[in-house]
Amino acid sequence: MSYHSFLLEPISCHAWNKDRTQIAMCPNNHEVHIYKKEGSNWNKIHVLKEHNGQVTGIDWAPESNRIVTCGTDRNAYVWTLKGDAWKPTLVILRINRAARCVKWSPKENKFAVGSGSRLISVCYFEQDNDWWVCKHIKKPIRSTILCLDWHPNNVLLAAGSCDFKCRIFSAYIKEVEEKPAPTAWGSKMPFGEVMFESTGTAGWVHGVCFSDSGNRVAWASHDILPFKSDPAQTFLTSETLPLLCVTFITENSLVAAGHDCYPVLFVYDSNKAALSFGGKLDVPKQSAQKGMTARERFQNLDKKATTDSKEAVLESLHKNSISQISILNGGKARCAKFCTTGMDGGMAIWDVKTLESAMKDLKIV
Amino acid sequence: MSKNTVSDRFRKVDVDEYDENKFVDEEEGGENQLGPDEAEVDSLIRQYPSLFTRQHDRAEGLVLKVLSSFKSTDIEKGVQSLDKNGVDLLMKYIYKGFEQPSENSSAVLLQWHEKALSAGGVGCIVRVLTARKTV
Repeated sequence: MSYHSFLLEPISCHAWNKDRTQIAMCPNNHEVHIYKKEGSNWNKIHVLKEHNGQVTGIDWAPESNRIVTCGTDRNAYVWTLKGDAWKPTLVILRINRAARCVKWSPKENKFAVGSGSRLISVCYFEQDNDWWVCKHIKKPIRSTILCLDWHPNNVLLAAGSCDFKCRIFSAYIKEVEEKPAPTAWGSKMPFGEVMFESTGTAGWVHGVCFSDSGNRVAWASHDILPFKSDPAQTFLTSETLPLLCVTFITENSLVAAGHDCYPVLFVYDSNKAALSFGGKLDVPKQSAQKGMTARERFQNLDKKATTDSKEAVLESLHKNSISQISILNGGKARCAKFCTTGMDGGMAIWDVKTLESAMKDLKIV
Repeated sequence: MSKNTVSDRFRKVDVDEYDENKFVDEEEGGENQLGPDEAEVDSLIRQYPSLFTRQHDRAEGLVLKVLSSFKSTDIEKGVQSLDKNGVDLLMKYIYKGFEQPSENSSAVLLQWHEKALSAGGVGCIVRVLTARKTV
């Protein structure tokens, strides 16, 4: 795996382009920086300045090469590349609080924005007026929407919120698509219909992800990691600090990361309908074990009441919480590489094959 | 002088009310309904204090007695015998016990805390903080 430290500020959000040569990210301010990989260096090629508040979500549509960004200034912009510059188009979201996350739908004809005004704005392009129009999903959301993920059928949308619930809504817009076929979550899907609402979690839902087939959904809550595969629902209580983001790398395996600064693998066994901890994915420990002098031992005992020689230095690749995971190659069905960005301003690219061979007992089903 | 300087009623108009973009919190109606209920419940609790809080306090006192009666060497075995939910519940009582320290309770609770932490991990403490149902 490789690690690149972009800056000292946290990376609020990032998105990759189709061939993974360019990354767009927000360095915790009002701008979006686009870096291009040239050789082994990352060069900043564009700076997109239009937002008046921190940019909280970026998504890059691979096929149509459009970037959508949303920010705390309650706006979203759709950027299209004209020649050598990115030109923004304002999208009126009709929200009165900050926008928190944004995602293009799989077919890229709509995108959804989760916001602090307790609603999701689903926006689509109206050809006649040459304008992006939005529709709101309000009920029964009671608090800020923190994360979104689309189902592969382009209609269902999973949303995790601060009211401790993860819900799957229908975002069917009849102007841009035809009626969807029945799925594992239901067959009647009018706009705004709640197809599934979770119970049992008692923490904010920080990250949500559909599996590649769309029949499974997993979300990272503050206290546990729940998982729903129709019809069974299971969860895994974590023994670590809360997880902030989760993604499927195959139909049965999940990678999640959070305040513990390293990604973790979870494996779902459909026979036993149980989720289990697969392994910690990180650089193998290479700390030099220097011998402790008797003086150091006494000093440790005096200062820290312990005889360990562990220093307060993180041995993981990321030095601060990981806030976002994105799949680079292979899709959610057979991911070969994924990328994590965090509050330490760094981006790490993890290769699944090398991880499998490096960590013993690591099984990615 | 023109006629319209006579009346100054226009100064009492609240212009913000007519602003189209004005934010109206739609949930306000719902929240107001909780208001009177809370006052009712509050007054009832004051009238009959034995109903609600006593049970919780009694349970907590009992748990504290049990925890202090364990020998230090047996604490680890006690924690091992609990399942995941049990460890979470134990941690909740430990923190509740910390809130009201008596002469020896904190030391005993700290020993329990150390063993419970090695069994449940940091996630156990996070669950104590986020749980909607407190003990």
